[in-house]
Amino acid sequence: MNGVRPTQSGRRKSNVRRDQTFDELAGKCGEWLRGTGPESDIVISSRIRLARNLADFPFIRRCGDEDRLSIERTVRARMDKITELTDVRYFDVDELSEVDRQFFVERQLISRELADNDGARGVAIDPGEQFSVMVNEEDHLRIQVMHSGLSLETAWDQINRLDDLLESTITYAFHPKYGYLTACPTNVGTGLRVSVMMHLPALVITRQIDKVFRSLQKISVTVRGLYGEGSQYTGDFYQVSNQITLGKTENELMQQVAEVVPLLIDYERRARQFLIEQSEKDLHDDVSRALGILCTAKKISSEETMHYLSKVRLGVNLGLIDDVAVKVINKLFIHTQPAHLQKLRGKLLGSSDRNIERASYLQQHLSGQGKRESGLN
Amino acid sequence: MKCQYCEKPATFHITEVLGADGPQVMHLCEEHARTFLSKESPTPAATIAGALAKQLKLGGKPSAETEQKECPVCGISFFEFRNTGRLGCPYDYTHFESELEPLLVNIHDAPRHTGKRPQRAPVSADSQATLIQLRREMEEAVEREDYEQASEIRDRIRDLEASGNRGSDD
Repeated sequence: MNGVRPTQSGRRKSNVRRDQTFDELAGKCGEWLRGTGPESDIVISSRIRLARNLADFPFIRRCGDEDRLSIERTVRARMDKITELTDVRYFDVDELSEVDRQFFVERQLISRELADNDGARGVAIDPGEQFSVMVNEEDHLRIQVMHSGLSLETAWDQINRLDDLLESTITYAFHPKYGYLTACPTNVGTGLRVSVMMHLPALVITRQIDKVFRSLQKISVTVRGLYGEGSQYTGDFYQVSNQITLGKTENELMQQVAEVVPLLIDYERRARQFLIEQSEKDLHDDVSRALGILCTAKKISSEETMHYLSKVRLGVNLGLIDDVAVKVINKLFIHTQPAHLQKLRGKLLGSSDRNIERASYLQQHLSGQGKRESGLN
Repeated sequence: MKCQYCEKPATFHITEVLGADGPQVMHLCEEHARTFLSKESPTPAATIAGALAKQLKLGGKPSAETEQKECPVCGISFFEFRNTGRLGCPYDYTHFESELEPLLVNIHDAPRHTGKRPQRAPVSADSQATLIQLRREMEEAVEREDYEQASEIRDRIRDLEASGNRGSDD
């Protein structure tokens, strides 16, 4: 069967891997930045993850090398038996080069923690990048489903089915009173984290974002940066998530987040309207200068790129910039990240060379024909 | 990662979203996390890790007896859990129940799971705990290079796995 296949080894950390899967993925945008679905000018993606542990192993922190290996082998063998997961591709994360691991982090297919951990660990990824299953992260299993735009219910249906499939062959650690048991008590119960990624540039420009988030904390909803807990709010992207996991059903927890999202959309739209009404010239100038910098810079960092792309995205969505397609901007957000840039250019690059290469990449795709087409490569 | 104020490992990663200079990430050891959180105004915790850190702080320092209490299955002490915020095995939820319950009440809405449940009939919790314990004993035997003992334990693990699993495949 060609289900969960082992990855090639023996080429680690030498060069940028020319692997068909990586090349295919690199050319694409990634599910979370595809930019389609309801409210997609503001809501980037909907993501749900479930934390699960095998009942007969210690949690990761107390696992020795042998335990980690056994868990990985068990999970891999069991997933291989599930016919619905035939197309899933399994990657041995310990065997991947640093740039490959970073590539998966940038695509949100694995967490920073999984990339940085030691020992046997892996990830199963579906070709459409809608779901991934991390093995030996903070918990034995972290199942994740991601959809473009606002579609929590669809995401829940998919992850629930996936969880049922895995549970049909793996015995989870479960307690009648405390639910699914997790390494950290903040995840126990449902093990559910619902995250809606939003692009909120106008709330940032109008300096209302802190006020908005302060009010959110009162209703058990938490806000994190682009790459999860502890990451910075790069490119004005924010993830809104449930804070608790125990004492409410999965549906109730999803509702908590789902109720907040329309409010944030409304605030962001009002802030955009305010900017147009009060200072359209200033805003037009700001977004046009941002585009100008991206089109003409000769060296540019990833952070600076995100900063200006965010402004350009706002400009495009408000019709202030009319000759750049929003899908081009969405793709550039991910293609200009360090590992993606190296994959797309087919070579390892140091930080300084990346900045030069990034500027040239931006120029190539934001001028002439490139800016209307999404077929970036 | 080290604590940003001292040499100890950073076990709390707190994002401060309310600062005047925008969001700021703090990497702190338990002690500095306590200091940092105790300075905060009584607003709800900014992050999930922050919530846990805050609850560990509010719980006060447990008695020496509680700190030394160890899980018989995985061997983790309550002190180690408090220090790292991570438990050692599923059985900890039973063994440390009286210590964990107030913490769970503080972090979550209610201490009782009302969501999804596994569809399969549960396997005996005892045999699962025994397996975890045996795995620990095997690792310890390997560490002290007592391979004969390790091999014996491995056989016992395999027997137990075979009797517990409907389809052992690895």
